Amino acid sequence: MAIGSVGVATVQARVSLRARVGELLDREAWLGPIFVSPALFLLLLLVAYPFCMALYFSVSNAFIGRPSHFIGIRNFINLWGSDAFRQTFQNAFVFTGAAVGFKLVFGLSLAMLLNQQLWFKRLIRGALLLPWVIPTALSTLGWWWMFNSLYSVVNWTGLALGIMDPPGPNWLGQRYYAMTAVVVVNIWRGLPFFLITILAGLVSIPRELYEAAEADGAGPVARFWHVTLPLLKPVLAIVVLFSTIFTFSDFNIVYVLTHGGPINSTHLFATLARQVGLETGRIGEGAAISLYLFPVLMIVVWAQLRFVRKQAY
Amino acid sequence: MTRRKLTQRIAAHVALLPFLIFALFPFYHMALTSLKQNRELYDRNAIPLLITKAPTLEHYTKLLWETAFLTWTKNSLLVTVLSTFVSLVIGTIAAYALSRLKFFAVETLGTAIFVTYLVPTSLLFLPLAQVVNWLGLGDSKWALVVTYPTFLVPFCTWLLMGYFRTVPKEVEECAMVDGATRIQALWRIVLPIAVPGLVCAALFAFTFSWNEFIYALTFTSSSDQITASVGVTSELIRGDIYYWGSLMAGAVLASVPIVVLYVFFLDYYVSGLTAGAIK
Repeated sequence: MAIGSVGVATVQARVSLRARVGELLDREAWLGPIFVSPALFLLLLLVAYPFCMALYFSVSNAFIGRPSHFIGIRNFINLWGSDAFRQTFQNAFVFTGAAVGFKLVFGLSLAMLLNQQLWFKRLIRGALLLPWVIPTALSTLGWWWMFNSLYSVVNWTGLALGIMDPPGPNWLGQRYYAMTAVVVVNIWRGLPFFLITILAGLVSIPRELYEAAEADGAGPVARFWHVTLPLLKPVLAIVVLFSTIFTFSDFNIVYVLTHGGPINSTHLFATLARQVGLETGRIGEGAAISLYLFPVLMIVVWAQLRFVRKQAY
Repeated sequence: MTRRKLTQRIAAHVALLPFLIFALFPFYHMALTSLKQNRELYDRNAIPLLITKAPTLEHYTKLLWETAFLTWTKNSLLVTVLSTFVSLVIGTIAAYALSRLKFFAVETLGTAIFVTYLVPTSLLFLPLAQVVNWLGLGDSKWALVVTYPTFLVPFCTWLLMGYFRTVPKEVEECAMVDGATRIQALWRIVLPIAVPGLVCAALFAFTFSWNEFIYALTFTSSSDQITASVGVTSELIRGDIYYWGSLMAGAVLASVPIVVLYVFFLDYYVSGLTAGAIK
C-alpha cells in the first residue's frame, strides 16, 4: 500500500514536470533562446573565439609549437617591409577590381540576353550555371591543364586561329599572364552568380514601364539607361558587395593554379597567409595577413546593413 | 512570329554562343583528357580538341585501384552528409526562433547571424586550426564535420528565415487555438509548408561542404582522412611528374555527385541563388 502510493506520487510528479516543461516551451521568451542556443554556441566557439585568437596572434610572435609573446604591432610593420606582402596587397586590389568589373559587365549583358524569348532557355541557363556548382578546386585543375606550358589547349587554339605568335604565352610562368589567367578563372566561376541574380532583378521590372518609355519615344539605349539601370541598382549593389568580399578573400583558384607565383605576382591575402602561417610556421604573421580581409568585410557588412537590408524590408 | 522577331531571337542565340563555350569548354576538355591514351595526350602534334585514337578508361582504373580515391570519396560523403544534416537541424530551429518568436535580443541575434554568414573561411582558418587541435581533432575528418557548420548554419538560418516569413502566422495560430503546442505547430504545420526551403537549404549545404577546400586542406593531411578535392589536388601530384589523365579523371569523378544533384534540382539551385546563396 505504501509502495503503491509512492509510485503514484512519482508518476504525478513526472506528469507535472512534463507539463511544466511543455508550458515553458510554449512561451516565446523561453523557446526562442532555447532554439537559438545551439547555433549561438557553435558560432561563439568556432567563429567568435577564433576571431579573437586571430586578433591576439596578429600582435604576438606565435610560431607553431612554441609559446608566444605579445610584440605589439611589429608583425604589421614587418609585413610592410616585405616585398611579398606589398605585392600581395597590390594583387588583391587588381584581382578584385578586374574580376568584379568584368563579372558585372558580362553578367549584366548575359542576363539581358537571357531575359529574351529563347529556345532551350532552361537548358542554356543550366549550362551557364554549371561552373558555379562544380567544386572550384577541381575545375581549376582543369584550367591548370588548359594553361599548361607545353600542352596548353588555349595556346593551341590561339595559334590555330592565328591570334597568337608561336609558341604562345607561358600563362602561369609570366607575371601578367599569370594574373590574367587567375582573373579569367575567377570570372568563369563567379559569372553565374551575377547572371542569375541580375536576371531575377530584370524579370521583376514591370513591363509597363518599358511600354511607357517606348510610347514616349525612348530607344533601346535610353530605355536601358533610364529604366533598366535605375531599377536594377539595388540588385547590382547586392551582387557587387557579395562578390567583392568573396573575390577579395579567394583562395582556391590561386592556390591550385599558381600557388601565388611566379615570384608572388598572383598571391592574395588568403594564399600568402597560408604560406606564411602554415608552410613557414609564423602563425602570428599569417594571422596578421588574414586580418587584412577584415576591413573589406566590415565595409561590405556596413553597406549591406545600411542600404540593402533597409530596402529589403 | 514575325521575321524581325525571328532574326532577333537567332541573334540572341549567336551572342550567347561564346558564353556557352566559355562556361562548358573546361568540362569538355577535362572529360576528353581523362579518356585519352597517354600516347595521344602527350603528342604535341595531335589535335587537343578531339580524341583521334581509341578512347581508354585506363586513367579511371588507375585512379580507382592504384590510389586511395575511393577512401577520399567516402570521407567526402561522410563529412558532407553529417555536416549538412547537423547544420540543417540547428539552422531550422534557429531560423524559426529568429523569424517567428519574440524574445530578448532577437534583432541583434538575427544581425549577428547575417554577419557571420559573410565571414569568409579564409579569414579564420589559421586560428581555427589551433582550436581543432585543442579539441583533439587534428588531422581528422571529424574536424571538418565540426567546422563546416560554422559557415553552413548561418547560411541555412538566413535562407530559412526568408521561407518561414512567407508562411502566414494565422495558419500556425489556428493550430495552436485547436490545442497544439508551439512545437507541434512547427513540426506539423510550418515545416511541411517550408519543405521547398528545406530542400533548397539542404542542397546548398551539401554543395558547399562537398566543394569546401581550404578547411579540408588545412585541417587534414593523412591519406585516409582527406576529402576528394584535397586528395585529387594534392595526392595525385607528386613532384614534377603529373599524371594528367588520372588527375582529370579524379576531377571528373569527384564532381559527379554534385552534377547529379544539380541535374535533378536545377530549379532549386536557381531559386536558392537568387535568395542570396553566394559562397
